[in-house]
Amino acid sequence: MKERKTSLYKKHLELNASMVNFAGYRMPMQYSSIFNETKAVRNSAGLFDTSHMGEIEVTGNDATEFINRLVTFDISKLKDFQAKYTVMLNEKGGIIDDLLVYNLGRKYLVVVNASNQEKDFNWISEHKKGNVEVQNVGEKYFQIAVQGPLSEEIIKGAVKDDLSELEFYHAKEEKIEGEEILLSRTGYTGEDGFEIYGKSTEAEKIWDRVIKEGKEYNLSPCGLGARDLLRLEMGYCLYGNDITAETTPLEANLSWVVSLGKENFIGKDILLRQKKEGIKRKLVGILVPGKRIPRHGYKILVEGKEAGTITSGTYSPNIESSIAMGYINKPYDKEGTKVQIEIRNMVTEGEITGTPFWKQGTIKKKSSDRKRSN
Amino acid sequence: MEIKIPKGLLYTEDHEWARKENEGIAEGITDFAQSELQDIVFIELPEIGQEVAQGDSIATIEAVKTVTDLYAAVSGKIVKINKELEKKPELINKDPYDTGWIVKIQMSDPAELETLLAPSEYKKVIQED
Repeated sequence: MKERKTSLYKKHLELNASMVNFAGYRMPMQYSSIFNETKAVRNSAGLFDTSHMGEIEVTGNDATEFINRLVTFDISKLKDFQAKYTVMLNEKGGIIDDLLVYNLGRKYLVVVNASNQEKDFNWISEHKKGNVEVQNVGEKYFQIAVQGPLSEEIIKGAVKDDLSELEFYHAKEEKIEGEEILLSRTGYTGEDGFEIYGKSTEAEKIWDRVIKEGKEYNLSPCGLGARDLLRLEMGYCLYGNDITAETTPLEANLSWVVSLGKENFIGKDILLRQKKEGIKRKLVGILVPGKRIPRHGYKILVEGKEAGTITSGTYSPNIESSIAMGYINKPYDKEGTKVQIEIRNMVTEGEITGTPFWKQGTIKKKSSDRKRSN
Repeated sequence: MEIKIPKGLLYTEDHEWARKENEGIAEGITDFAQSELQDIVFIELPEIGQEVAQGDSIATIEAVKTVTDLYAAVSGKIVKINKELEKKPELINKDPYDTGWIVKIQMSDPAELETLLAPSEYKKVIQED
């Protein structure tokens, strides 16, 4: 498959980014250093090109009912211009993708992972029912994210509007440089922040304006390396690593995005059974003091016996420790359980811990909507 | 980004560099290698006095993105290790050819230097990568 470029590709080259292939896209891994970029987001603000993400539009009189059968959260509860993080399941209760659903009044916007966009679009199209239209609009839109405690100041300058009333997981229509955008108070970093959707043809103009506004706030362009580190510091799942078609949302500690009281959705019967019988393994956070990094696929041991597998791991310069996520068999999922991880034939001590690892994120202030219910 | 390949050094296909010094070499990883690894967080250094054969793994470099081994560019004995890297592994990122050197090896077979790559040859290796 030919490598795709986002509409901001030239900007990344101008900024001297080191580019990598990710999910079929040529994307910036880093501009200066992953650690510096991570710190910028925690202390001031960072700018990410997330245009590789997929966007699917669903319209029609039966759109609400139709989407509700495909995702686990009851989206009929969403008010206009409200968004929700949720998952889409296969018949076995395994996760096809994690995604954002925006209720934009006359239509729904579904934002999916870059690597899954064709798969998701096909799945959604195959299950079409009633009066609905499904469109893959990923190429039509760019997406950028401004994340960090100073992001409101930056975006306020770009849209020339007061944003103090825009709540977390809500969106509004705005203009930057005269161009229409959808401004959403969402993100993947644990900090206050915004995601901007607009026409691909206007991406460079809007990117430049945000950079300009960000100058006095120390806004730093950030690559995929920082994005991965930031989400891991928060214990957020990465599709393909922490959640896959083989894991259910109950196992993945995502019961807060599942409305089991909802009439019906694909995979519900499996989740009900799993809830009744109890899950056998659970996704947990693991703190591994030191700098040796537990990586995807490494074994987790409890008292010398294999009890699970690492799904994501890194060293966090903000926490000054290695951190990881992984599936561990019950009953070892309890916080405080001592575990050992085999890192290249050497046993390294760790401890099951609650997530987020990073507890000072500015998201907290506005996160009533995203609070975990479990 | 412009990858630096200084003249006067020898290289391996595994992206190590070697600088001739008296009876031996100083060794580290190339600018290309550090830019691929990105932020280095930790390095496991060998023991001084350890006997190594060309191609042996002599150190482990842990970076955010991945973990990699450093292979001995020549056979001989480890006579020095860069202790500074235990506290500041980022020196490898910042200055891979100078303050970011990793080990010094006293050569047992100087003829092995012939098997290493000249800068122009190494340049071809990274262009193919």
